[in-house]
Amino acid sequence: MKALKNPARRDFLKSGAAAGGALVIGVALPLRFKEALAATDSKINAWIRIGGDNSVTLLCARSEMGQGVVMSLPTLIAEELEVDLHKVKVEFAPPGEDYINSMLGGQITGGSTSVRDGFTKLREAGAKARTMLVAAAADKWGVDADKCHAHNGMVMGPGGKKATYGSLAEAASKLTPPKEVALKDSSKWRYVGKPLKRMDTAAKITGKAEYGIDVRLPGMLYAALAQCPVIGGKATSVDDAKAKSMPGVKHVVKVTDGVAVVADSWWQARQARDALNITWDEGPNKALSTEAVYKGLGEAMAQPGATIRKQGDVGAAMGAAAKKVEATYQMPFLSHSPLEPMNFTADVRKDSALLIGSIQFQQLAMGMATAITGLKPEQITIRTTFLGGGFGRRIDCDYFAQAVEISKQIGAPVKLVWTREDDMTHDFYRPASLTQMSGALDASGKPTAFSLKMSSPSVTSRLFPPLVKDGVDPLMTEAILVPYDIPNQSVATVIHDTGLRVGYLRSVSHALNVFANESFMDEMAAAAGKDPYEFRLSLLDKQPRFANVLKLAAQKAGWGKPLPKGRARGIALMEGYQTYMAQVVEASGEGGQIKVHRVVIAVDLGRMVNPNIVQQQLESNIVFGMQAALYGNITLKDGRVEQQNFNTYKLPRMPETPKIEMHIVKSSETPGGIGEPGMALFSPALANALFALTGKRQRTMPFSLA
Amino acid sequence: MASLNVNGKTREVDADPSTPLLWVLRDTLGMTGTKFGCGAQLCGACTVHLDGKPVRSCGTPLSAALGKKVTTIEGVGATASGKKVQAAWAALDVPQCGYCQSGQIMSASALLAEKPNPTDADIDAAMAGNACRCGTYPRIRAAIHKAAKGA
Repeated sequence: MKALKNPARRDFLKSGAAAGGALVIGVALPLRFKEALAATDSKINAWIRIGGDNSVTLLCARSEMGQGVVMSLPTLIAEELEVDLHKVKVEFAPPGEDYINSMLGGQITGGSTSVRDGFTKLREAGAKARTMLVAAAADKWGVDADKCHAHNGMVMGPGGKKATYGSLAEAASKLTPPKEVALKDSSKWRYVGKPLKRMDTAAKITGKAEYGIDVRLPGMLYAALAQCPVIGGKATSVDDAKAKSMPGVKHVVKVTDGVAVVADSWWQARQARDALNITWDEGPNKALSTEAVYKGLGEAMAQPGATIRKQGDVGAAMGAAAKKVEATYQMPFLSHSPLEPMNFTADVRKDSALLIGSIQFQQLAMGMATAITGLKPEQITIRTTFLGGGFGRRIDCDYFAQAVEISKQIGAPVKLVWTREDDMTHDFYRPASLTQMSGALDASGKPTAFSLKMSSPSVTSRLFPPLVKDGVDPLMTEAILVPYDIPNQSVATVIHDTGLRVGYLRSVSHALNVFANESFMDEMAAAAGKDPYEFRLSLLDKQPRFANVLKLAAQKAGWGKPLPKGRARGIALMEGYQTYMAQVVEASGEGGQIKVHRVVIAVDLGRMVNPNIVQQQLESNIVFGMQAALYGNITLKDGRVEQQNFNTYKLPRMPETPKIEMHIVKSSETPGGIGEPGMALFSPALANALFALTGKRQRTMPFSLA
Repeated sequence: MASLNVNGKTREVDADPSTPLLWVLRDTLGMTGTKFGCGAQLCGACTVHLDGKPVRSCGTPLSAALGKKVTTIEGVGATASGKKVQAAWAALDVPQCGYCQSGQIMSASALLAEKPNPTDADIDAAMAGNACRCGTYPRIRAAIHKAAKGA
């Protein structure tokens, strides 16, 4: 997801209510929530609590799903608060208005926005709290606040006066926060910009980190859920006689999405679930097939669609072309497949609810919980745990709603856990797409026209319909405009619902559009008889940040230098999430087997909060991108997703992992996002390497040398 | 009731002998460090040691673990190789989401116990059964080499 331009909160809230489908339509998402606060702590502001014992608790308002927010966001607060970052305690924030992501308009983790949204906001929160602590000390001592300063959890005053934050917290919490604060100059930063080790590592290497699936409540039962094999179908009749007679089984209950078996242990619940005999009304998608999906996307191309860019006269330029290039690119549905399957723990009582687990969209969860339980937001506690991967899957809260429904019906705490098969066959899939491109070259090989039309389902039409205006889904057109200086351009998109439900997946439409654009630029270069690097560079005179990373990647990769026999290089370039990136991929194809040997990344993401986490994310994106390029392909037959587990939806493994080299441009520009762009860029860089290797274009993902 | 030896302690467990060891550990004993990923021995998130050898606990019935020594992520730090592996993981900041890391560490510890100086090919062979959706493989490889050097 990219940041939405000026998201209107009202639009978002209205639209967010549709997110859960029929269940919560018409229910506005709540803005105000109660919050839990330890009795001994003083709340200085929404992010900072200080105990009388000098303990400092910082709240992390974004979900930690691997991307490192549990480290990077507290770093920003601690920098200005003047506390020892390595001694603070970090907690995940409850739903709350203060925690709304101003780039997205809701309390949501996505779009590589966490650092961008928090970069100034969280440093200011730290600075304001520090100012209040200093003021409390100055009051106490009867001195001017100007004569005092804060360092390492203490305020120092004239004549050697000292006071700990703990001793000042209660008084500070009663002061009016300053309206404006000056932030430290970057030259004085102690934590920001340093490659610090993550503070969540210790818990994650000892089995102590708590994920949603690890939650345990007293008296908790376990649930397994049978959902219709065709997404959207409903149970019409259930024979549960056998299931109810099985050991440990306590309840069989019908919920909106299927039939749940509740037992003393999950294994018992799961076995009994498989013994249910359910008749399904499979609904409108019961005959859906992969062939029908691409046929529909192809037919949708006949529509004019929405214009994203119209510049010059493409028709005239095509007519005058010395050479024309045409290509159609096809991208499949993908599953998020985080390694922690969907699960949630709910304890719904008459007058309260405790809801704990892995979610990316706390506000939607609260909206759904109020709709299902009839309770008010202040009666509901939602606690976010660590997420065993998210990648956008946990923006949707279907599994959350299911657990709440089950607990409400049985009147007991329950942990719902999906099987891997449930997870893979009931995802909200990355949209499949088709992109038709054509281009014109003049006699000198210079591109004179560029035309793109893509058809794809729209996630935003389902989740946030008011944000789709004049047929344009802003999250379907990311990176759709090329930075290259080509005089005549036309770019259009057609929203086409294929039937299968779709969701935001890491890098969202960047992956679709960057693959098409950067593959096509390579095709144009080949048609012009030019080197693909030189060809791109010649069109970037007005784009210094693009040109800079392109040159850097080429230089570090040894572009143009000889390679061992049977290997070839490909290059690709993009901007996404305000981050500029180029990749050079080295690949071979011995015995028809695509092997990626080396990936060189050059990236300019502006200022960094933590270069260590930036590197982690770059590595992560390459492996995630490899999955999409080499394996990811969700297909449909008789309305059913055919892939069930990791044998048919393969993930890259250790032996396939290439050498990844990262070159980060030193920059003081506004921070860009780093959690997603690398994944989108890997596919065209590899496709272009495979063309250089074999002379055959890879226009359909996943790639194949067959 | 059956007696199960987990991390050097005898635990009495009340579960059907066909129950996968994974669910006995997680639900019966409350040891949630061992993770459920696929239930089909395809991802390695549930890896534990039986008498020092790595097994996928999602496909190992309780009956197959009786009379053997079960080691989990909660106890592997008490073994020589497990301690080194955890130290290297911390030094190189391997985890991202962290969900697969229990299984990765169990596989790596078993590898180092058997081969104190593994080659890259040894690492490929021993770790190929452990999937990481976050893509921490480059750091896992580096951390195994680091652990082998005793650093």
